[in-house]
Amino acid sequence: MAKVPLTQQEMLDTYGPTLHYTPAGGFRTVEDYDRLVSTHCCFCGQQCGINLKVKDNAVVGFEPRTEFPFNKGKLCPKGVKRYLQGSHPDRLLYPMKRTAKGYERISWEQALEETVQKIKDIQEKHGKDSFAMLSGVSLTTEKSYLVGKFARLALQTANLDYNGRLCMVSAGAGNKKAYGIDRASNSWEDIVKARVIFVIGSNIAECFPITTDYVWRARDQGAKLIYADPRMVPMARTADLYLPLRPGTDSALLMAMLHVIIRDGLTDEKFIAEHTTGFEATKEAVKDATPEWAAKITGVPAKQIEKAARWYGEAETGMILHARGLEHHTKGVENVVSCANLALATGKIGREGCGHSTITGQGNGQGGREHGHKCDQLPGNRDITNPEHRKYIAEVWGVEEREIPGKGLSAQEILNEIHAGKIKGLLSICFNPLVSLPDANFNREALDKLEHYTVIDFFLSETAQHADIVLPGSLQEEDEGTTTSGEGRVIKINQAITPPGEARKDWEILLDIAKRLGRGKYFPYQNTREIFEELRLASRGGTADYSGITWERVEKEMGVFWPAPQTTEKGRKALRPEDLDANHPGTPRLFEGGKFYHPDGKGHFNAVAWRESAEVVDAQYPIWLTTGRVVSQYLSGTQTRRIGPLVDQYPNPRMEIHPRLAQKLNIKDGEWVTVKTRRGQITIKALVVNTIRPDTVFVPYHWGGKQSINMLTQRALDPVSKIPEFKVSACVVAKATPEEIREGEEAERLASKTEKLPLNYGLGERRKEFSR
Amino acid sequence: MSEMRFFIDPIRCIGCKSCMQACSECATHKGKPMIHLEYMERGNSTQTVPMVCMHCENPTCAAVCPADAIKRTEDLVVQSSLKERCIGCKNCVVSCPFGVPRYYPEMDQMMKCDMCYDRTSVGLKPMCATVCPSEALFYGTLEEFQSRRKGTPINTFEFGEQEIKTRVFLVAPDGYVNLSMDVMHHLDGRFDDGAYDHLDPFAHLEAMPMSGGLL
Ligand code: SF4
Ligand code: SF4
Ligand code: SF4
Repeated sequence: MAKVPLTQQEMLDTYGPTLHYTPAGGFRTVEDYDRLVSTHCCFCGQQCGINLKVKDNAVVGFEPRTEFPFNKGKLCPKGVKRYLQGSHPDRLLYPMKRTAKGYERISWEQALEETVQKIKDIQEKHGKDSFAMLSGVSLTTEKSYLVGKFARLALQTANLDYNGRLCMVSAGAGNKKAYGIDRASNSWEDIVKARVIFVIGSNIAECFPITTDYVWRARDQGAKLIYADPRMVPMARTADLYLPLRPGTDSALLMAMLHVIIRDGLTDEKFIAEHTTGFEATKEAVKDATPEWAAKITGVPAKQIEKAARWYGEAETGMILHARGLEHHTKGVENVVSCANLALATGKIGREGCGHSTITGQGNGQGGREHGHKCDQLPGNRDITNPEHRKYIAEVWGVEEREIPGKGLSAQEILNEIHAGKIKGLLSICFNPLVSLPDANFNREALDKLEHYTVIDFFLSETAQHADIVLPGSLQEEDEGTTTSGEGRVIKINQAITPPGEARKDWEILLDIAKRLGRGKYFPYQNTREIFEELRLASRGGTADYSGITWERVEKEMGVFWPAPQTTEKGRKALRPEDLDANHPGTPRLFEGGKFYHPDGKGHFNAVAWRESAEVVDAQYPIWLTTGRVVSQYLSGTQTRRIGPLVDQYPNPRMEIHPRLAQKLNIKDGEWVTVKTRRGQITIKALVVNTIRPDTVFVPYHWGGKQSINMLTQRALDPVSKIPEFKVSACVVAKATPEEIREGEEAERLASKTEKLPLNYGLGERRKEFSR
Repeated sequence: MSEMRFFIDPIRCIGCKSCMQACSECATHKGKPMIHLEYMERGNSTQTVPMVCMHCENPTCAAVCPADAIKRTEDLVVQSSLKERCIGCKNCVVSCPFGVPRYYPEMDQMMKCDMCYDRTSVGLKPMCATVCPSEALFYGTLEEFQSRRKGTPINTFEFGEQEIKTRVFLVAPDGYVNLSMDVMHHLDGRFDDGAYDHLDPFAHLEAMPMSGGLL
């Protein structure tokens, strides 16, 4: 049903991506603005502090926010140019409905009424769970909480999941297994104090650039940097020790490191005895995992593995950092607990300069997933299948426990069920699965099968182009709330401008739909602060306890680290948010004194056995394919592929290939190549670089359509975290044929168009254009 | 004279272009960066080198300017050409030993980094040095640099006969820096030509049987 109504060219002409270059009203001198709004970058999980310049209700530039402690004014290029998403020519300004001819402007009344009617029809015919919801973690924590409650109480569906499923749920699940809590173990300040920093599966320079400063500050004081990655990414270039492991072999490397640490007596026996369980089984599991064994699997020389283990084991303090390179696997959870095993075995956790942290990829990846738009969780990181947890949330929400649906399907599983015809309707907010989920062709087929699809977004993303009804929502700077950075720091997003045209705040749209579904009484909020107050109460007593955090404290203290539980008897018993106390100082460093969040208070070792990735290379598909990011783009590119200066930095995806392999395949730098897996193929240009393993090619994933590498990746999931294995596929690479080159060129042409706007074109003009 | 110094430390540069993106925000050169990022051959390395005007003590650019369009402030910041005076002869472009100034035909003027004079003259840091995520660009006093950082700041350069002292310091790394980025050098020898008949270098190996618990 939900087919794109126009040709690709027509879609591009009307809805972009358009490359936007100049701020509303043109470039300004240092003082030429009305107000400076202190807020945060809307992109990655570092959530850098930034000041937005506002003039005439438009964001017209930025000023570094040097007093914010995390980044002290530092920004990556995305942060610098983030303000260009405002006053953007592609911005959705009014509700639309898909017709046979394309999209047609309709009123809010009609848009909401048709959406609600479809929800009712589909649910009456096929049951409540036949209507699913997908959400995103660019939303503030308040909105994430609201989405969780909305799906369960207004849509009454179990099938709600979010795009953090594609990010770091493996880390979340692994951390829970090891430590009983799902958060980076330390504030980033502990990186500076570490004597050895072990980075595995994380291109920190391009994906989390501010972290490089913390690493350098440690190195200035003599810390060693160990870097494990199939590519010599910019930080690996300078590392003291570089381990170029084969994609998918992280756990073998980590097991061998643990083997050496145990063999050479570098374990912290006292810590293990007093604060952990399960060590014996883990020890047994790595007894044959010699460096020589791991060398064969990973390709990293045994000597180097030994060295890494000894450096980490012998150092007084040490940090392990990882990101999607370790987590995007069918054994992502096993990889994460393997890191935890190292930290626990050496007692390098819960004290200064020590820790094991995942780097959050998405803006509110941390705060978003804790409070309820994850299919298996209720607010406060509570388990949706646990009767006591359900009971407490039911009480906060004022419903019977049985009214809260059970555990639903994860993101990819929802798409699978849509494809199978079991889920018929979808509501999505800020999620672009067509670019970010694996096996894009399959997902496109799925979307085409929907009986109804309503989308809330601010740009018409590749996925939104399949919607029947489009509701224009709000950008981050058009609303107020909190997010939680990768460090676990709850921070405040401040409103800079009001939504343009007829666009509305996302939470207001959800409230309206709930009302029309006859469930308005559960959503009595006047503003997002009231949502946060309810969230405080709902999170109280959960592991992600935000109850002691207030907006005022967050502003004043430039962030508060959760958990911040109740400190008074009154607070612990409170049934109204206003009776909660806000005394707890927050928790920058978890596990101090060896206290973990499992009921037994211990850290848990988890024994892991080595296994291969879901797909391995063979004679037909002999090359490893791995994916990742580039510094100038963010996630599915919905926002960043519209910002001209960022696109200019890296306009189209390129395939990184080692000269050795390139020579064998007779491919020269800049030539068109076709990469093919069992799922599909794309034709892009080659970048011949010796900074990658010769048996592996790399393609960044931010692009859509025929430039989307996720057409080639597979839907194989980690059994625990349900995260797809983005990082390992088997592929074949060949010089492109003339026909394929034509397709590749066409895809580049259709990737974006350049704005043709006068230099001082601004929001006012844009509004005038669209006024009726 | 200002105590503040500008330091460039290429080893730390991650090639992110934040500096260029931030520089291009300035109203005086709308959308155009005055800092440039030089690449080593990308095929061989991810090393990048940011380049600003070095603000020479005896600026060659000013010396060769026939229209006297390039001025230096009291605190030793060499300015872009004065719009009214610049005749677009490009002498400065050719003569600068660091290859810094550029002539912009659409402005008919030489423009270059003036160390964010609108910011530094009021006590702010230059835009590029403020945003640079890894502090490859650092603005502060020499003492501050030396107390916090490794590497040796250098501001005397020799170009043939000419010795040039600059206000901007280039940081030379301590010890040996290996600029060979070939991942092959860090791998086991299985990629030797002979062993490379199958693209999977491990296909000929038997995986060792492993014991141990499951999750
Ligand atoms: S994208 Fe991330 S690193 Fe870059 S400015 Fe934004 S929050 Fe900071
Ligand atoms: S570096 Fe070049 S442009 Fe800058 S002052 Fe020296 S000679 Fe002039
Ligand atoms: S901002 Fe800093 S790290 Fe990034 S390219 Fe410029 S100098 Fe290099």
